[in-house]
This record gives sequence, C-alpha cells and structure tokens, in this order.
Amino acid sequence: MTNYLDFEKPLAEIEGKAEELRAMARANEEMDVEAEASALDKKARELLEDLYTKLTPWRKAQVARHPDRPHCRDYIKALFTEYTPLAGDRNFADDHAVLGGLARFGDQPVMVIGHEKGHDTRSRIQHNFGMARPEGYRKAVRLMDLADRFGLPVITLVDTAGAYPGKGAEERGQSEAIARSTEKCLQIGVPLVSVIIGEGGSGGAVAFATADRVAMLEHSIYSVISPEGCASILWKDSEKMREAAEALRLTAQDLEKLGVTDRVIREPLGGAHRDRDATITAVGKTIASMLSELDGRTGKKLVKERRRRYLELGSKGLAA
Amino acid sequence: MNWITNYVRPRINSIFSRRDTPENLWSKCDNCGNMLFHRELRENLNVCTSCGHHMAITPRERFSALFDGGVFSEIKVPAPLEDPLRFRDQKRYPDRMRAAQKATGEKEAMLVAEGEMGRTPIVAAAQDFSFMGGSMGMYVGNAIIAAAERAVALKRPLILFSAAGGARMQEGILSLMQMPRTTVAVQMLKEAGLPYIVVLTHPTTGGVTASYAMLGDVHIAEPNALICFAGPRVIEQTLGEKLPEGFQRAEYLLDHGMLDRVTPRTELRGELITITRMLMGLNPAVAGDLPPPGDTAEASPPEALNAPPAEKPAK
Ligand SMILES: [Zn+2]
Repeated sequence: MTNYLDFEKPLAEIEGKAEELRAMARANEEMDVEAEASALDKKARELLEDLYTKLTPWRKAQVARHPDRPHCRDYIKALFTEYTPLAGDRNFADDHAVLGGLARFGDQPVMVIGHEKGHDTRSRIQHNFGMARPEGYRKAVRLMDLADRFGLPVITLVDTAGAYPGKGAEERGQSEAIARSTEKCLQIGVPLVSVIIGEGGSGGAVAFATADRVAMLEHSIYSVISPEGCASILWKDSEKMREAAEALRLTAQDLEKLGVTDRVIREPLGGAHRDRDATITAVGKTIASMLSELDGRTGKKLVKERRRRYLELGSKGLAA
Repeated sequence: MNWITNYVRPRINSIFSRRDTPENLWSKCDNCGNMLFHRELRENLNVCTSCGHHMAITPRERFSALFDGGVFSEIKVPAPLEDPLRFRDQKRYPDRMRAAQKATGEKEAMLVAEGEMGRTPIVAAAQDFSFMGGSMGMYVGNAIIAAAERAVALKRPLILFSAAGGARMQEGILSLMQMPRTTVAVQMLKEAGLPYIVVLTHPTTGGVTASYAMLGDVHIAEPNALICFAGPRVIEQTLGEKLPEGFQRAEYLLDHGMLDRVTPRTELRGELITITRMLMGLNPAVAGDLPPPGDTAEASPPEALNAPPAEKPAK
C-alpha cells in the first residue's frame, strides 16, 4: 500500500479507481476493464509527472520526510558488504539514532555513519525517529577517529529532523557533542563524503555533513531550521510553513547554487520511495564517484581543502 | 572594589555617553525590581548592585571595561554579501538589518578588537545580543575568522564573549554553515598553540553553543546565563513537562561538567588576565588598575618587556 502525501490526494484517487476496477475484474471474469484502467494509469502518470516536476519547497520537505523513503539502514544493506556495526560512545550509552560501523564499499574498507529514522512504530521508537543524543555524536567522533587512524574513507548518510531536544540530551552536553563531531569532520585526514538522503536538520546534520563532498538527493532538504519552526518564530504562525520553506532556500537545487552541495542526485519520478532500488543505486554511484575524485590525496591536502571549502562558503549568493 | 579607577573613568564615560543615558535617571532591575542609579549600574558593568543580577551589556561597553584604560582598536571584519538569499518573512531582511543598525548604532552582531588587558596583549570578540538577538550569520562567522587570523598573526590569545539566540534564520543554510566555518577558526588557534577562552553570557543557545562556544580551551560563564542547544520551551513542548528550576543555567552546566567556571562579570577581567597570562607563560600580572598602554612610563611593569609592543591604540 502506498502512503500518499497530502498534495498527492488527486493521484491517490485516480490510482485507487484503477485499482478498484481491476479488483472488480478479478472478481467478475466477464468484466473487461483494462482499457479504462490503463487510461487511468496514464492519467495518474501524467499527474505524477506534473506534481513532481514542480514540487514547491514545502512539498519537497514532505517528500524528504516520506515514511517509505529509503533510510540509512536500507542504503547500508544494499551498497555495502561485511557491514559490521560498532556501538557506543565509551562514555554513557549507544545511541540507536546513529548507525555506524566498518564495511566494504566495493573492495574498499570504509567507515559508514548515518542517522536512522526507523520504518515502523517499533523501529522509529527504537531509533528515536533519527534524532540523535550526545552519545550518537560521540559515537560518530569515535568512529571517525578510528577511520582516520587506519586510513579508511568515511561515508556519512544524513537523515535527521535535528538533534534530540531532550532533558537528558541537554544535561549530557548536546551542544558540545555536536561541536566536537563537526570539529572531528574538519580534522580527519581521510576522504569524507556525505549524502543527504532525506532531511538535513540543522546542527544535527552539520555534525555529519561537514565533508569534502556533499551530495543531496533531488527532493531532500537541508536547513538551519524546519519550515514549521521558522514559521512560528518569524511569522508567529506555524501554519506559514509554505512561506518559510520558500524563504529558507532549503532545496537541493538552491543549495547547489549556493555551493553547499556539490551534486544533486536525480530521484525516480514520484520520489525516492516510488523506486527505492533505483534511488539506492544512484546514491551508490554518486558515492563511488565522489570518493574517486578524492583518490590519492594526502591527509594534509584533504584537511586543508576541506577547511578552505567551508571558509569560502557563502561568498556567492543565489544568482538572480 | 571597583576596578575602574577615577583615572580612566572620564574616558570610559565619554565612550559610554554615545548611548546618551541621562545621568539623573534610574533604572529598574529586571530581577529584584530595585531602582538603580544609572551611573552606579554602569560602573558595576550592568550587574545589579543589590541582587547581583547580570543585565545585558553591549560589546563596546564590555570592551571599554576589559581593555586597559578602555582603549582598544577594532579589527576590520570582511563584509559579507548583503541578503544572500533575498529573504523575506513579514519584513524584508535588509529592512530588519537597517532597523537593528539604527537601534544599536552598530553595523552587525559582533565586535572584534585588539588591545591589552592587564598589560596582556589579546584579541577579543564579543557578540551583541541587542543586534537581532546576536544571531550568527555570515558576518559573525567572518568576525570570528578575522579574530582568529589576527590572533594567530599577533600570537595572542583570543577571548570570545558569546551571546546569541542561535543562527540567523534570514541567512538560511548560510547561517548554518557558520558552524563549520567558525570551527575552522578555532582550529587555527589550536594549531598555532594559542589559548581560546570562551565567556558564555546570557543567552548562548542553538548553533552558537553547538559550535565555537563549546570548543574553548577554558569555558567561563556569567552567573545564571542560559546556555543550551535546544531552548527550554522547545524541550517542554517535546516532553510535555515542566523543567526543573535552574535547568540550562550556568550553574547547572557547571554541575554537569560543561563549564570550567561561573564567574561574576565584575571579577571576570581579573580572572581572564590570570588565566591567559599563565597559559601564555607570562609573569603574574601587576595588581591594581592600569592606565591605557603607553600613557605613563611608570605604569609599564617589567614583564611588559616580554610582551609584543603595544599597538597604537585607536580612539
Ligand atoms: Zn537586582
């Protein structure tokens, strides 16, 4: 069953009708509905194309958060072999909002780290909806450090609404943990590539996405604040999230113009969730290509260029 | 008790008076409600003389009190693109900027300066909460980078006073990118072997706390300052419960290991001198108040010989 987003309601109706016709035909062999159903399929496809070629920023935010979108775990399973999760921050706990461990990407041993949102009620709770606590960032720091010492490239998969705003998280130094993770990203002398696969929410995303190369899926978002949060602060009305999403320039397309992301990875028509395998394959190709660009560089050069990338960021605004 | 001597007071007052506070006015403490004589409050660095409540202080006022004789020279900050996203909420961003500039008389939310503090050459940066909530955008990022580069060039420590509601939403992702940018600035200092001391003042929250404000070699906070990543309101909404008294305040963070010290503003300068001189391997500071560098020959203590020559102070 497909989970439809609000703006996909007309599409849901058409696809539902086609489905209904076919179900009727299955029950009654004398009925021939195929012509009518195919016409509906065609109409649905046109509508899908129409909807997805001009997604507004707010709609993109919804697609980026779609529950059926491939998540970190799906990418790890499909793109890596010998994945060996490594747990814990050696300090307080293991944070299940952050997955990470050793794996092979092709033949190359790497460290993969990412936010995992979960896919059903139980796993969402287990992964705290992808919102990491300090332990998650401290685990990431530990894994990046390990990768650095053994010369393994680091691949981060970013998908979080943001760092978890909780009492314990604050007590245990959420700010410091995020700051240290960003700091570590800027220190390691191994290639660091990042893909924003869904939501890149604020500091919780920066802590993993401060990289040599940053790619974003076509309908993913990356922002300083959620459109809802921005609306409630600047518009004093959380219902103004459409306006806020527009103003924040949080789409992959705008972020490419601003130089925040290097590549935008095309999604299948109708979004990543409509063809998960194709999406995952495309992400894999991009990771391979980003890593190959960094091949052969010394640790010193990598660090120097990574830092320069960030120092120079923001010198160009959006072209008119 | 007050370290601002009569000797330097006239000069400091002349700097302060650009704010045009009539001398005969009283103001009310936001905490205890006592009426405080303006001049007395100002001389006590906006700390309530009856309850010790720390009220806001502008970077300029802070620097006037921090640097010897109130003398410092501003470090130029490269101007970023104006309104890079052409952001508009209920107002246009450039209009908000102009309103903030008019209200504060400042260009942006951070002031960077060099000078001497107890004859200790330093670079200092202070965030201005009265300027759009001290929010961190491209300018603040540029200011911190400029401060770090200047400190490295002069081989001086950097003392940074943080105060911000977080990132500047009107610069969208570019404000978020100040987290890695300012982290690079901190790394420049660390690699040059120079102390980076953060004084966290009320309030320091969001992306500011989660980047340069939590990466200091030494963290000192002013009493009762709110210091957090997620603000108390956000957490209360998420948890649906009231937070304990004092949650996310300086003393609470000290208890939870995030700070080295909580120090009243009136004692801060002395403490900063002591710490930076030890970290820089300088002799103990001369006790007492000092005139501006180069003003009087007899005020130059012997260890000033170790220090780089004083910069020609600007007015
Ligand atoms: Zn008071």
